[in-house]
Amino acid sequence: MSVDKNTVVKIAHLARIGVEDKNLDAMTAELNNILAWIEQLNEVDTEGVEPMTSAVETKLRWRQDEVTDGGKSEDILKNAPESECGFFAVPKVLE
Amino acid sequence: MNEANRSGIIQGATGEWEMVIGLEVHAQVKSNAKLFSGAATEFGGEPNNHVSLVDAAMPGMLPVINRECVRQAVRTGLAIGAKINKFSIFDRKNYFYADLPQGYQISQFKQPVVGEGCLTIELKDGSTKEIGIERLHLEQDAGKSLHDQHPDLTYVDLNRSGVALMEIVSMPDMRTPEEAGAYVRKLRTILRYIGSCDGNMEEGSMRADVNVSVRRAGAELGTRCEIKNVNSIRFIMQAIRYEAQRQVDILEDGGTIEQQTRLYDPGKGETRAMRSKEEAHDYRYFPDPDLLPLEFDDDFINEARESLPELPDVRKARLEETLGLNAYNASLLVAEKENADYYEALLSAFEGLTGKPATELATTAANWVTGDFFGLLNKAGKSVSESPVGPEAGAGLLALVADGTISGRTAKDVFEIMFETGKAADVIVDEQGLKQVSDQGELEAIIARIIADNPGQVEQYKGGKDKLFGFFVGQVMKATGGKANPKLVNELLRGTLDK
Repeated sequence: MSVDKNTVVKIAHLARIGVEDKNLDAMTAELNNILAWIEQLNEVDTEGVEPMTSAVETKLRWRQDEVTDGGKSEDILKNAPESECGFFAVPKVLE
Repeated sequence: MNEANRSGIIQGATGEWEMVIGLEVHAQVKSNAKLFSGAATEFGGEPNNHVSLVDAAMPGMLPVINRECVRQAVRTGLAIGAKINKFSIFDRKNYFYADLPQGYQISQFKQPVVGEGCLTIELKDGSTKEIGIERLHLEQDAGKSLHDQHPDLTYVDLNRSGVALMEIVSMPDMRTPEEAGAYVRKLRTILRYIGSCDGNMEEGSMRADVNVSVRRAGAELGTRCEIKNVNSIRFIMQAIRYEAQRQVDILEDGGTIEQQTRLYDPGKGETRAMRSKEEAHDYRYFPDPDLLPLEFDDDFINEARESLPELPDVRKARLEETLGLNAYNASLLVAEKENADYYEALLSAFEGLTGKPATELATTAANWVTGDFFGLLNKAGKSVSESPVGPEAGAGLLALVADGTISGRTAKDVFEIMFETGKAADVIVDEQGLKQVSDQGELEAIIARIIADNPGQVEQYKGGKDKLFGFFVGQVMKATGGKANPKLVNELLRGTLDK
């Protein structure tokens, strides 16, 4: 598997990462190197092996249905570049 | 709306087109806390007050699943006869939007918690149809954006962010707007019966994405358009009609349908394209590395199954088969759990008061509940649970009719007073002297006087003018202030006049 320049432009856009045109060739090559490296895993025969979901024997933890959090809108908004009337305030989103 | 649209067949210039409809219903899980955090799910409240650091996607926060949300998803799956998956996976659905702080929604993609199921819908003509359900999965709700509070800014409230939703995806099995409406109504009834969602479409705790395509009857599926976030059954049906006609118009003009996400504008009654093509979604799903697979055992499923109440279809069948109710009454009663609960409580009290078997009283009670009772509730804009007249009080009223203390006509008036004052039926009857005259001697005396006072009418009646019988009944009623037992009056008059 490999990616071309157009795919890199698309992925960058989907991830909202700005990549300058002059860096695109280098970025494409780097990503292809990583993909080729990972592809070595395909050499391993995984027939009949369940996908590994964790490195240690452990199960998903569950919580009880109790309200234990909230009531901290000041904390929530503390890092927001802008907030008004208790809301996050962001540049107008137009649909 | 023309007849063609109602049937789901659109008559075009080049022939007939068939609608194909599938629905993705998002139902908010009834729980105290959110799917992966301990913040409250409560509707409303100060902005950003029901938000934990997990819901705001602060770095380093980890999601921990709420057991109740899993339980409700499993209960819902069981209620629609679906396959429950003891092993399922949470995935990240990646996209950017101002009210999605994580930059992804935790959802389930390839391995949902609930697999295929089925829902039986009932149509107006009394026929039924099975609608396949493809899957049900758990996912997070997003926050809320307010675009109209400031000229240059959008306000974001994360109170809903992270609230658990069940996305219930149907097969493309519906062919008419009516079927789509019946499907949503049925699904809502079931969710409300089992209490996994309050089904409140106005508050947005249930909303639907509607997939519509058209094709020649029996042909391959056409390209579909998805109408996002429609929040009432009426709008769902309107949106389908508009969208199907729009697609037929394009196809008949030789065009092709572009797969699109569209919005329904109820004001204009039309759908319009929502996102431009270059924004076309590519969600890049992958398993959420913060969450291990969701696993549970048969005990968990059995516990969920045992907690289910009698479901609407089963209850309807029981009301029809064991109590002899007609299909119409039974459907009305089971449409809401509280309606059927009220009816059954009333019937049981009615049984206790009269000592008669339920089968003998069931239809009388059903007619009263679906007639006078629902009628007055509707007029007052109240739900059954808000009724000032409880099931025991209602039974008290019906028992007075059953034993002849009051007539059916008087019962209507007494009920209105009960509804206003909350007083018991027998108290009102006593206070207002509404007890019907069933004393034979008293009525005979009145009848004798009326016959003596109206010799002309008696002669005409005996001469064959049968219609005058009503005149005599009217005279007795007048003399007793409307309180004479009508059945007894009829009998006595026949006995006197026809001998």
